[in-house]
Parts: sequence; C-alpha cells; structure tokens
Amino acid sequence: MNLRRIAGIVLPPLAPLAAVTLGAEIAVRMGWVHAFLVPAPSSVLGSIVRDWHELSRAMLDTTAAALSGFALSVVAGVAIAVLLSSAAWVQRAFYPYAVFFQTVPIIAVAPLLVIWVGWDRTVAASAFIVSIFPVIANTLSGLLSTDPALRDLFRLYGARRHATLLKLRLPYALPNILTGLRIAAGLAIIGAIVGEFITGAGIGGIIQVSRQQQRVDKIFAGLLLASLLGIVLFWAINLLSHLSLRHWHASELERQDR
Amino acid sequence: MQMTRAVQPGDPPARSGEEPASQPKRTCAVAVEMRDIRRTFRGGVVAIERLSLRIAPSEFVAILGPSGCGKSTLLRIIAGLDRPDCGSLKVIAHPAGAAAPARPQLAFVFQDAHLLPWRNVLGNVQLPLELMRVPRSRRRAAALAAIEQVGLGDAIDRYPAQLSGGMRMRVSLARALVTDPSLLLLDEPFAALDEITRQQLDEQLHQLWRSRGMTVIFVTHSIVEAAFLAQRAVVLSRRPARLVLDHTLALPEHRVAELRGEPSFAAQTRVLLDALRRGEGAGA
Repeated sequence: MNLRRIAGIVLPPLAPLAAVTLGAEIAVRMGWVHAFLVPAPSSVLGSIVRDWHELSRAMLDTTAAALSGFALSVVAGVAIAVLLSSAAWVQRAFYPYAVFFQTVPIIAVAPLLVIWVGWDRTVAASAFIVSIFPVIANTLSGLLSTDPALRDLFRLYGARRHATLLKLRLPYALPNILTGLRIAAGLAIIGAIVGEFITGAGIGGIIQVSRQQQRVDKIFAGLLLASLLGIVLFWAINLLSHLSLRHWHASELERQDR
Repeated sequence: MQMTRAVQPGDPPARSGEEPASQPKRTCAVAVEMRDIRRTFRGGVVAIERLSLRIAPSEFVAILGPSGCGKSTLLRIIAGLDRPDCGSLKVIAHPAGAAAPARPQLAFVFQDAHLLPWRNVLGNVQLPLELMRVPRSRRRAAALAAIEQVGLGDAIDRYPAQLSGGMRMRVSLARALVTDPSLLLLDEPFAALDEITRQQLDEQLHQLWRSRGMTVIFVTHSIVEAAFLAQRAVVLSRRPARLVLDHTLALPEHRVAELRGEPSFAAQTRVLLDALRRGEGAGA
C-alpha cells in the first residue's frame, strides 16, 4: 500500500476532528462558551497527560470488561439464534423474551447485577445484557434467509443437521452476523460504562467521580478514551469482515473484470 | 453408492496410490415410473393432474411446457424434494441385483448455478462427496476429474464471483456429476445464459450423457434445446400439467452442432411447437 492510499484512508476521518477541535478551542478561548460546560480541547489533552496513570488503568479495566461481555454475547447470541431458527414454534415461543434484552433499562438493573453476580463481574454482565440482542436478531435473520435451492441440494445428498448448519447456514448468515457484531461492539462499551457508574471502576467510575468534582475536562478525557476504544473495536470487526468475506460478498468484493 | 467413474479420453492419468483407471465404466442407470401423479398446492391450485410417465434406463428425456406449468414441480417430485398428493413414483435401478446400489444416486441442477460463494471451484465440486461422507482422500481426485470433464481444469481455485455465468453453470454441472449419478435431473439449467454459451453447454451435456449412459431428465421451455438434446420429448399443457405429446425424436443418436441447421431438425421442432400450442389452449 503506498503513502497516497494510506493518506486517503486516514485523512478524511481526521479532517472533521481537526475542524471541531479547533472550533471548540477558539469558542472557549474567546469566551463564547463557558469552560465549565465545554472544556477547551487543550485542557482535555492536558487532563489526559496529567491523569494518564489513572486513566490508562481505568481504560484497561473498561476494555477488559467490555470485551468479555461482548465476547459472551457473540457466543451466546449466535447459539441462541441457532436454537431459535431450529423450528418455527421455538421461535414463536422464545423470541419475544429475547426482546427483553433490548428493552431492559440497564441503569436500573445494574445495582441488582452487583447482588446477583458480584462486583467483579457486574461490568461485564452489564455489557453482555446490552449487546446480546443485536447479535441474536441479525444472526437469526441471516439463518432464516438461506437459499432454498441450496437447502434442497444439502437434503438431496443426505446432509446431517450439523453439516447443514456449519457448511451452509452459518456461513450464509456470516454477513448478517458481522452486522450484528458491529452494533453490539458499541453497545458493549456503553453497557460497561453504565455498569461502572455503579461499581466505580474503570472509565465509568472516573466519569462519575469527575462529575461530582466538576472536572469537565476529565469527563471529556474519559469520553474520548471510551470512544477511541469503540473505534478500535469497530475497525477490528471491519477487518474481520474483510478477511472473511473478501472472496464472495458484494459488500467486500473488489471490483474485477469478469 | 458407486464411486468408479467414467474416464474420458482427455482425462489426466490416474495418480499413483489410487485405483488404476479401468476401462470406461458405464454408470448404473435407472428407470423412472410415475403413475397417476397429482400435486395440489395450498389454495387449491392443481399443479399436476394425473400424470403417468415411464422413462427407460439411460434415456435422455426433455420435458417441455409453458412457464409455470408444473414442470419444475414434477422434477422436484422425482428428486424426492416434493411429494405428490396421490399416485406412485418408482425409481428403479437397472440392472436390478446385488451390484445395484441400494439407493440410486440422484443429482439435480438448478436454474441458476447456486454455488457456495465462499468456496472455490474445487470446494464447490467436492461438496456433495463431503455431505455423503466420502473419505477425504477420494474426494479430491473425483472432484478434479469432474472439473476436467466440464473443461474448467485451470480454474479450480477461483471463486464463483470471479467466474462468468457460463463457467458458474459448468461448476454446477461438475458438482452434479461428481457423485457419478445414475439419474441426472436438470431444471432449465441454461435458461439464463446467452445463446452461444447455451449451445456449447448443450453440446457438452450431450457428450457427457453419451459417455456416461446415465438417465437424464431435462426440463426446458426451449424447443430447440429439447430437440437438440433429447431422444424423447414430453410436452406438457398449461397448469394443471397434462401430457400433450410423448414423442421420440427422429434424429440421429449422436448430435453435432450442425444438426441445428438441417431440415430434419426443423421438422422435429415443428412437431414440438404444434404440441406446445395445443397445450397452451388445453389449459384452464
């Protein structure tokens, strides 16, 4: 990959960031916006440098909890979708209860989680609860859209159930599963931070304490790091998507002469 | 199931460590016997009305009819993918006896190629053998031979997205042939292709049938294609499908491309066209 191409990928998303940062800096310096409402980007940066020790440890905690909650919802979400897709009556009987995960007000449930799973696991559990539904919903719709002709083909050769699942239905659902993962990744971070509001750990804990101390710059430093985590996770899933779909799916197919 | 396959003159020599390529061995062909088949869909639409048909071993039969007349349903019933409401269907292996496989091997070619897009050509052609749990060591050799037969030997590691429509259809054909089927069912397989590609594939299919001797049932709505390929053409009416004509084509057994221009060929297509017109009127 040459330099021009890398610049073409990296520069476009950085341009709006630079514009907004510069605008905010000017707005605060000129006194158009009070610094206790929106901190100057320079003071956020200053906070990141000053509080790096505390912030980086918090970041590690949040990352670990969000990732384990996310991993759990990928595994459990795909498994639940496979079960739901096994028969129409199973889907009718249980799918409505899966919607529970989408609508549960996590901020209300998080204190209960402390009692149910303990302080250590509350954050991951909270990330899990918020992020599992998009995995279930997307995987299920992928599993149910298998090409009927290919299903017939598998039947014709006497394919066993697990062979049909592994060689046809799951690969066919892969683009949908990946869409579910992209949505779930962001939600897992939100879930983790909400969980940390209760437990006081990680980035969520720092945001909570900084709010009481009116350290707006530190709140923003935390938010910045959390969104950085979200972006890295999103990129990782896009990379996974590219690697697994590049040969065949329209969304990743490189243009080539036929 | 039977894994010995016909060897073509152009086939690569057998690799060491595998069964030596014996004399070209004809596939065990099957007869199909249908009596009073009837199929009604939900909502009371009668797709097929009391249809009886006998197809002899190693016969190449084309089933012609207007779109939506129930030809595909008939093919699916023969394949065991659909069930008739009443009537009987028998698929009988010939010669009956100890050598005949317990369950004759079917293969089905769909209207579109329907390949697994995440597998390359070799992987797609090996699929039936995998599903039938044929040992890994034998899959590759059988798949390579089938790919060679449809003329895709230099494309084994390409993905469906990198192939033209005609090449994809060839892969689909190779996937059907890889199990050495005794009954090959094709449902308007080349309908979506351009005329030249279609004629090439017709010629190739004809060659494959002649060298392998399997029973072939070919559903199409193209009169020219039916006349060129088949020994016998069955014309169905509009829905509900009834038999309008059962005609043995008066053409030489070996068909070459030039045949399409000859007067005898035109006469045969005329017979089929007349029957098709009658069938259009006879429907509901």
